[in-house]
Amino acid sequence: MANHEEFLIELKGIRKYYDREVLHVEQLLFKKGHVYGVIGPSGAGKSTLLRIINLLTPPDSGTLLFHDRPIPANGAGRLAIQRKMTLVFQKTLLFKDSVRNNVAYGLKARGFPRSVIDERVGSLLKQVGMTDLAARRADTLSGGEAQRVTIARAVAFEPELLLLDEPTANLDPGNVELIEEMITKLARNKAITVVMVTHNVFQARRIADQVIFINQGRIVEMGPTEKIFSAPDHENTRLFVEGRMVY
Amino acid sequence: MLSNSKIFFKLLLFLLLAAALLFAAGCSREAASDSEPENGVDDETPGVVKITDRIILATTTSTYDCGLLDFLNPLFTEKTGIEVQVISQGTGAALETGARGDADVLLVHDRKSELKLVEEGTFIDRYDVMYNDFIVVGPAEDPAGVDGVASAVEAFNLIAAGEDIFVSRGDDSGTNRMELRLWESAGIDPEGQDWYLSIGQGMGDTLRVADESMGYTLTDRGTYIAIFDSVELVIALEGDPALFNQYGVMAVNPKEHPHVKYNYALLYIEFLMSDEGQNLINSFQVNGERLFFPGYGLK
Amino acid sequence: MSRLFEGIIEAFRLIITLNPALLQIVSLSLRVSGMAVVIAALIGIPLGALLGLKPEKKTRLLNKIIFTFMGMPPVVAGLIIYLILSRQGPLGVLGLLYTPTAMIIAQVFLASPIVIGLTMIGIRARGCDVEEMARSLGAGSVLIAWTVIMESRFAILGAIITGFSRVVAEVGAVMIVGGNIAGHTRVMTTAIVLETRKGNFELAIGLGLILLIISFIINSGLYSIQKGGKNG
Repeated sequence: MANHEEFLIELKGIRKYYDREVLHVEQLLFKKGHVYGVIGPSGAGKSTLLRIINLLTPPDSGTLLFHDRPIPANGAGRLAIQRKMTLVFQKTLLFKDSVRNNVAYGLKARGFPRSVIDERVGSLLKQVGMTDLAARRADTLSGGEAQRVTIARAVAFEPELLLLDEPTANLDPGNVELIEEMITKLARNKAITVVMVTHNVFQARRIADQVIFINQGRIVEMGPTEKIFSAPDHENTRLFVEGRMVY
Repeated sequence: MLSNSKIFFKLLLFLLLAAALLFAAGCSREAASDSEPENGVDDETPGVVKITDRIILATTTSTYDCGLLDFLNPLFTEKTGIEVQVISQGTGAALETGARGDADVLLVHDRKSELKLVEEGTFIDRYDVMYNDFIVVGPAEDPAGVDGVASAVEAFNLIAAGEDIFVSRGDDSGTNRMELRLWESAGIDPEGQDWYLSIGQGMGDTLRVADESMGYTLTDRGTYIAIFDSVELVIALEGDPALFNQYGVMAVNPKEHPHVKYNYALLYIEFLMSDEGQNLINSFQVNGERLFFPGYGLK
Repeated sequence: MSRLFEGIIEAFRLIITLNPALLQIVSLSLRVSGMAVVIAALIGIPLGALLGLKPEKKTRLLNKIIFTFMGMPPVVAGLIIYLILSRQGPLGVLGLLYTPTAMIIAQVFLASPIVIGLTMIGIRARGCDVEEMARSLGAGSVLIAWTVIMESRFAILGAIITGFSRVVAEVGAVMIVGGNIAGHTRVMTTAIVLETRKGNFELAIGLGLILLIISFIINSGLYSIQKGGKNG
């Protein structure tokens, strides 16, 4: 079974320092088609991990492998790999443009023909229930609507890897449920690998099938969701998922 | 609304680029007409005169502001096809402009300095082209009691003694140089006195300041007559031989500045010195008064 | 007081009858300042964007220099360009002094720091976030730059308009490098100086009124655009 699983992205000896060491990952593998939940206290290095994977922040040392091949330092090869993934930032940022054009952005960047763009954007907006708002200016949307557009924009070009940084942090419960549903549905239907950072362990438990617990820049434990929540190997993991860890 | 602003901005950027290209083409066309004077036609000058080249005349505000050059130059252009571009400054600045090679021909009024610069080789072909005189103007009330005094030096003494306002060009122009020589003759150093306003501006501005501050000033007759309507100043003193104001015309020496259009400058000088030119100068009137007299004034 | 009133009436007459001398001067003003701002925008927008994307700490000295140049007195700019373009100056051989080109150069010198500075400020607000967002969505470097600029378009438009307002209203630089030659380098502001000196207040006030009207139009435009930027 494991042999049929494909390694999508692999981190080897990745270290990142700012004033201190913020991330130190000896080895981390993401396999195709899974939903990963990255949990840990704030300041644990979760966002830095996502930014390094998305090639936004260069690590101070270590290598990133994409489909078992090292990622080139620059040039067209790097851009091609970057285009296979995307990151939804913790801070919602929509372009000062229509909802439709926001969702179409990644497709335009990849040079899709107009007809394909129109069709995909139309169907995505329908899926997230925003057809009526297609022409609205995106920076006038409410928080929940804006986050739906952000996620629609991120999956429009069907990336292999979708990185989410606290996608529901600032939303009310109704919208949280909606977004979570969107994420699981997309992961299932489009076979998109999802890595979601969240400080909310319950959210990780609801959505993820694999959970990674990070503390102080290091991976403490990684495994199937049930195992992490019911029988973690590590004492700190148990304390954290039970909400008892003091940090 | 939203896409409007975006479309508008894209349009603007596009226009910026288009304008840049157009203007670049326009500029190069202009440059081409400069380098090929025979073919160039100036769009800006109405009428039938075909402009084949231009010369730059550095002159003083006193010859320009009164309209003399607007009267003379079109006639020259009609004859020769050469447009005269006038830069009007103080005489000091005009001499400097010429000395730097930024003009082709000069029409100024500081005979001593002109002769010295000709001797040094900066300028050549200098002629005494016309003259008029300086006058002292002041408020009608004449607080210094200048009226009836015969010499300018005496008048300056009275103004200084009464500490009445005196407005000076203070711009190293021909008029300013004349004024400073008169103070020197009077043995007075007005610099820094409360009643002495050195404003560093042209003749018209200086008359205006004198008018507003109820002060005296030294002016060439031409500028005073030209703006006589819009000020309340009256002539306080005139007719002193020391106030004689000679204008000279001369070319920038092509040996110093090979790029200058010396031949055209000569044509211009010849035009002013010709019988026709001298008669034109003689016939020029503003507010019914003659402003300039042809030739050299002190025979 | 009556002089001002008469001047205004005469000014309106000149404007309404489309006095050719007036039109010629206004048109040259708009062409010179318009061209200067076009060039300043082509220089200033990319440079401003570049600086705006850098962390403020790294550009602190440059910021100070740009802000200083933003407030440069026009006569100083005029003097510097004069000394460069004069026959005795380093670019004297080009023979550009006392031409509209020289005036454009001087005004580019005045307007560029404004466009650079205001663009930089506009982009600094969220330029880095926009850049990363665009990168993460797969944009190449050209599209990233375009997106960053488009996201700050209201600030940039404001920068361009501010630059234009400044140069169209300045007199010091164009007087020195243009020479105020009738029909050739005479613009609205230098004509106002000349006509005031000559006592022709009608034409001077007419030109002043036109300057005010132009200023009103562009500032109304700026106001509505910036309002549009905030409200949608």
